[in-house]
Amino acid sequence: MAVPEQTVTQRRAPTDWRGEKMRGRLRRRYRSERAFRLLGLGAVSLSALFLAFLLWTMVSNGFTGFLQTEVRLPIRLDPVTLQLSSSQLAGGNADQALASADIEAVTLQAARNIYGENARQILSEGAWIYVRDALKADPTLLGQQIDLWVPVSSELDLIAKDRATPEILVRAGETYRSLDQQGAIRTALNTRFLTAADSTDPTLVGIWGAFKGSLLTMLVTLVLAFPVGVLSALYLEEYAPKNRWTDLIEVSINNLAAVPSIIFGLLGLAVFLNVMHLPRSAPIVGGLTLALMTLPVIVIAGRNAIKSVPPSIRDAALGIGASRVQVVFHHVLPLALPGILTGTIIGMARALGETAPLLMIGMRAFISAAPEGLTAPATALPVQIFLWSDEVSRGFVEKTSAAIIVLLAFLLAMNGVAIYLRNKFERRW
Amino acid sequence: MLLWISLFLVLGLGALSFLFARAKAAAFRPAAAAPRAHSLPVYHGWFAALWAVVPALLLLLATSFVIPPLVDQAALDAVPAAERPTSAAEVESFLDEVRGIATGKTEFVFNESARQAAPAWAAANSLYRGIAMAVAVALALLGGVWAISRLRPGFRARTRVERVVMATLLGASLIAIFTTFGIVLSLLFESALFFQKVSPAEFLFGLNWSPQTAIRADQVGSSGAFGAVPLFWGTIFIGAIIAMIVAIPLGLMSAIYLTQYARARTRRIMKPVLEVLAGVPTVVYGYFAALTIAPAVRDFALSIGIGNASSESALAAGLVMGIMIIPFVSSMADDSLAAVPQAMRDGSLAMGATTSETIRRVLVPAALPGIVGGVLLAVSRAIGETMIVVMAAGLAANLTLNPFSSVTTVTTQIVQLLTGDQEFDSAKTLSAFALGLVLFLVTLALNVYALRVVKRYREAYE
Repeated sequence: MAVPEQTVTQRRAPTDWRGEKMRGRLRRRYRSERAFRLLGLGAVSLSALFLAFLLWTMVSNGFTGFLQTEVRLPIRLDPVTLQLSSSQLAGGNADQALASADIEAVTLQAARNIYGENARQILSEGAWIYVRDALKADPTLLGQQIDLWVPVSSELDLIAKDRATPEILVRAGETYRSLDQQGAIRTALNTRFLTAADSTDPTLVGIWGAFKGSLLTMLVTLVLAFPVGVLSALYLEEYAPKNRWTDLIEVSINNLAAVPSIIFGLLGLAVFLNVMHLPRSAPIVGGLTLALMTLPVIVIAGRNAIKSVPPSIRDAALGIGASRVQVVFHHVLPLALPGILTGTIIGMARALGETAPLLMIGMRAFISAAPEGLTAPATALPVQIFLWSDEVSRGFVEKTSAAIIVLLAFLLAMNGVAIYLRNKFERRW
Repeated sequence: MLLWISLFLVLGLGALSFLFARAKAAAFRPAAAAPRAHSLPVYHGWFAALWAVVPALLLLLATSFVIPPLVDQAALDAVPAAERPTSAAEVESFLDEVRGIATGKTEFVFNESARQAAPAWAAANSLYRGIAMAVAVALALLGGVWAISRLRPGFRARTRVERVVMATLLGASLIAIFTTFGIVLSLLFESALFFQKVSPAEFLFGLNWSPQTAIRADQVGSSGAFGAVPLFWGTIFIGAIIAMIVAIPLGLMSAIYLTQYARARTRRIMKPVLEVLAGVPTVVYGYFAALTIAPAVRDFALSIGIGNASSESALAAGLVMGIMIIPFVSSMADDSLAAVPQAMRDGSLAMGATTSETIRRVLVPAALPGIVGGVLLAVSRAIGETMIVVMAAGLAANLTLNPFSSVTTVTTQIVQLLTGDQEFDSAKTLSAFALGLVLFLVTLALNVYALRVVKRYREAYE
């Protein structure tokens, strides 16, 4: 075959690396390189900015939730109108005596005496609780004229915190200004927010009830999910024969880890409530449901931790005559435990922030006292956040954000412990 | 109360058996010169303790299921036949009152005969529980003594204890299977009840969703329309379209930047920051969406002249959900990029390609199956996400392409249908389980498929 003459004789000129055309091409390529890199940086920064914006929104909305505005209330705790005697207060039935006394009316009357007819607009609905608590703390106040600081109504509170809507300002702005000029207004730490439970009045709400509900629920979850999770991880990693059953278990666990949490709520509703008739809204049902959800997380973390224990340790133990159970429980498990614990804490943190399954099993009731036990009606911190976010009253906005701050702080602490554990005990073989 | 006493007694007997058996086995030792004991004393102890505790606990567990119906029946029998409650619901509330009075938790009752039945309930309760306790304690005693009597130097206590340990391990790992079956069976069972009232075809292909009201005049009761297509569309629109438009570019570019460009220090700081984004509870995202993003989106829509913008828009929910998914996409992409062999990257760089050209022309195409698998997993997570859409997307079942209008999703409707008052056998309540079944099957299929894609991809480069 004849080779075309051209290709043999005509050679291409050497590439002109320094020519304008080539340089332009290079410039273009480097420009696109820089643009791509900037795009990446932009994506990372944007994600971080979202996080910062989210946290900033919560903190700036929520930090005032830990404060409350108080008004000075001169009040005479008259034994006659209160129908209380100092001997009743000193005795063991003080609580009962206080409960039967009409402190609410006395408080309102005292407020009317000084602030006139719009006293109801000034005082929080629960101002009398503060009077009662003061009397309980110091029974000698009975019969004395004292100055108490009690919380103001939600509207005045919003004005003081600069969060009022125009309508509120129209309604109560004048009242607030005159109180402020009299020096009868101050801002104090809202201790009630950390010690009380839910209420209909935003100035009286607290998160302790929900927090205790969360703690009880988490307790049930931990007690159930941790041992079962560790034992199944040990079985699957150390003993399970390779057969169809083991495959089925593995597939189940991997799928459960990816099932939407609300499905676990449906399971809890159908099985624990409708078949087993466990009490609605109770921490024990919430704990059971969340345990099923957390179990796969613990199993997967546990298997990874167990897998990272080197086989030489098992061989050495077997070699000096340990049984297979002894190998695992005396050597493998203690070495894998820090890793398992880290995984467990992360799983528990996820369960703590979980809302949807708890809604399904009815942990969304209005509960104005901290739960007494595992079967008492309770709510949980994330559910409380959800419930407050639904409230119409504007005063709940800062309370919701404040509750979110508490939840996030707690989650951060849990994850911090997990990271600390990982760094302290992690061993590389 | 009696239950706690029985538990305490049984566990106490178990501890005693343990100590006694261990002491007895320890006494084998001096005579060990001839036949050496097979097991350590502590295993003999555990063997005896297990025999004392396990049968008794099983008995107590069984009786705690058997006794309540018996006691309730005794309470019902105590009431004259004419005054007995008839329907199941009445019986339930009557028994609630009886229990409340008998345990001293309530003082006021609606049904006066509950007051009469309470003593009978209390008597039957303490009788049956007393019998259960006596039998359990006897069983514990018997088990412990029998086990201790079997101990010999040659007795293989360790083997037996280990067999129990193995059974426990197997039992623990079976719980995962039970949970899966529990989910499938409960969803199937309730959905079957639903599909007796509403045909599957209407549910899956109907275009009208309004479970609350009777829209057809000839229908009796409150059976509304159960066409779930608007819900499916809303779920896909928010979770698989809007959220992914946000999450895929941001997540993928973040992963590329952090693995290919960033210095080690930047990576050490930014990776945990992205992980924090994944650790924020969804209820917080929901509140953020409802409080900040949704009003902003509505104002934006109004400013560009879209009049009917809703304050609960698909866009707001989808945007925030996308943010939530970013770290998920990013970590999956990270893993896939890391699995591409170094030789491919080196080859491309050696040919004179820039880093970005290498990434775009070599790394990403090579990692594409893994990235796609990760995106599918992210979609499955997004469509199962509940709180963000409950709080930020609306309840109106619209079949619309307008991102500024309100759409509803499967998970929102499940929450909506199952909270508040419910009669358990109404079509409205049961439809939540049918929606749950669809959600479960779809996420399951997505997960299985995506994991298979990712696995095959990993194997291709091994």
